[in-house]
Amino acid sequence: MSRERHIIILALLALLPITALAESPTAAALSYTCAGCHGTDGSSVGPSSPSIAGMDPEIFIDAMQDYKVDKRNATIMNRIAKAYSDEQIKGMAWYFAKQKLELLPQSTDTQLVELGTTLHDKYCEKCHEEGGRSGDTGTLAGQWMPYLDYAMEDFIAGRRDYPRKMKRKVDAAIKAEGEQAMPALIHYYGSQHNSAQKEASHE
Amino acid sequence: MSKINRRDFIRVTAGAGLVGGTLGFPGLLMAASPKVVVIGGGVGGCTAAKYLRKLDPKIEVTLIETKKAYTSCFMSNEVLSGDRTLESLTFDYEGLKRHGVNIVIDRVTAIDLAMKSVATESGESFNYDACVVSPGVDFKWDAIEGYDAEVAETIPHAWFAGPQTMTLRKQIESMPEGGKVIIVAPPNPYKCPPGPYERAAQIAMYCKHHKPRAKILILDPKDRFSKQGLFRQGWSKLYGFGTDDSMIEWVGAAGGGTVEELDPSTRTLQAEVEEFQADVINIIPPQKAGKVAFASDLVEGDWCPVDKLTFESTRHPNVFVLGDASSAAKMPKSAYAANSQAKVAAAAIVARFNGQDPGEPTFVNTCYSILGEAHGISVAAVYSLDREANTIMPIKGSGGLSPMDASEEQRKREVSYAHSWFKNVIDDMMG
Repeated sequence: MSRERHIIILALLALLPITALAESPTAAALSYTCAGCHGTDGSSVGPSSPSIAGMDPEIFIDAMQDYKVDKRNATIMNRIAKAYSDEQIKGMAWYFAKQKLELLPQSTDTQLVELGTTLHDKYCEKCHEEGGRSGDTGTLAGQWMPYLDYAMEDFIAGRRDYPRKMKRKVDAAIKAEGEQAMPALIHYYGSQHNSAQKEASHE
Repeated sequence: MSKINRRDFIRVTAGAGLVGGTLGFPGLLMAASPKVVVIGGGVGGCTAAKYLRKLDPKIEVTLIETKKAYTSCFMSNEVLSGDRTLESLTFDYEGLKRHGVNIVIDRVTAIDLAMKSVATESGESFNYDACVVSPGVDFKWDAIEGYDAEVAETIPHAWFAGPQTMTLRKQIESMPEGGKVIIVAPPNPYKCPPGPYERAAQIAMYCKHHKPRAKILILDPKDRFSKQGLFRQGWSKLYGFGTDDSMIEWVGAAGGGTVEELDPSTRTLQAEVEEFQADVINIIPPQKAGKVAFASDLVEGDWCPVDKLTFESTRHPNVFVLGDASSAAKMPKSAYAANSQAKVAAAAIVARFNGQDPGEPTFVNTCYSILGEAHGISVAAVYSLDREANTIMPIKGSGGLSPMDASEEQRKREVSYAHSWFKNVIDDMMG
């Protein structure tokens, strides 16, 4: 094939989405509409809706798919997730994965953070590596603390399915430290915004 | 397949796009730094300015606004309950300046459509390649006899957050124990459809603690209103709605709720069937598009018709009308809607400057109402465009209201998410 013909064909292919796939907005356009609650490009300024910038795309997709079928406890996300096709969810997942996570400091209790550090090292660190930085088990480091609190309440009350092994670890942490355990862990993760920010985004 | 390099590819595709673009919009040849003038520093205008710069930093964006700082109307009902100060709703334009937006504090008189320039009261003029108009709403003062802009200084509308919000707050604070407040709700369409009903709840929240025998009456020219079932449920739970002792009462059109006249000296309202007297009256007048839209021939009826693919005026090319002033059915007139529309318009303007067709638009609206310290409700919708009908349609099977049977924990979380919504919308538009 000549270079010219090659270029022309590619150019025509590039135009195709305008006509053939006119139904779907771009991943960026879809992702922009999330900013009113999750912040510009997914970095929430709080106080409770979670940041989704730099999120692992698979975690994003799983969350949206669970919301879509009312499998995960929600206030509003189940209603919103139902609007999107699998392809659109995938597109948004990659859009947010590529955004830099910008975190703001939160006020934490020093004693709780100290206890949380111990608990994290003992029960959580194997999966939530490096202080719970963004990875294939979600973003805990620097995440908004009320959101972490809601998530843990939902796990413990059986409103959200635990990922593999997590229930055993949570039960053990609570057995060891009682009612202090969850606040301690939440304060620990809430205090980790600096370490989380050092992390490079998914490129 | 890899004989072609990326630069060739972009050049060719951009060229191909340019053919389509210029055929669609003849005569539009862009300078190296195209100019956009944005009229109005509210949600629509600010979001458009920020996203234009974000999408293409070559664009020179000038935003013209009358006030030095923005005070959000959303969340201003919380000032009435005492949960929030007016200062906490007020934000300067420094954030937009950091995004390279040129901020001009002045009043636009009109747009010269032929010259593609915007004139201001102080005598300046600004040329544009595209003009974004987001003036919000204005009031129809002739709807209720005896009520006008001057009377509103003492019998406030408080439908723009500012001094009148404080007037209303002070009047509620200083009314007698067992005093009566009347809220006159507006007819559709108006900005913030659940606003009057949330306002009743926020006033009740204050009265429950400080004036437990007070009454709040809503006189409404409508028979139905936004989130009605959820409001009635919340009012019942928190303020005894539906009982003889209810703090909140609602009279709709069928019950004679349409107000025809006000006597400001006695604070008496003449409604369709009977008269109502109150210690504090809050009249939210019927609404129409902001003044500059009328002055610039952008209006049909009360609102500005637009091509919903781009939010370009259907009356005049290269002028894009956003937010409350636009006729954007089936989206409500809300902050989130304006924010969402602004991004669609910004992307469409950038596409046009680059000779490309606008992409498929997508819209979201999310709107929270706070009825009590731990009682929030919401409505959400995701929309796509039905091009043939030029109507923004909610995507079937998605969106809708908070469930009626939500737990107390869910209602409490929605308050917290409402506050997150507030902070993030503000940050997204001007941070």
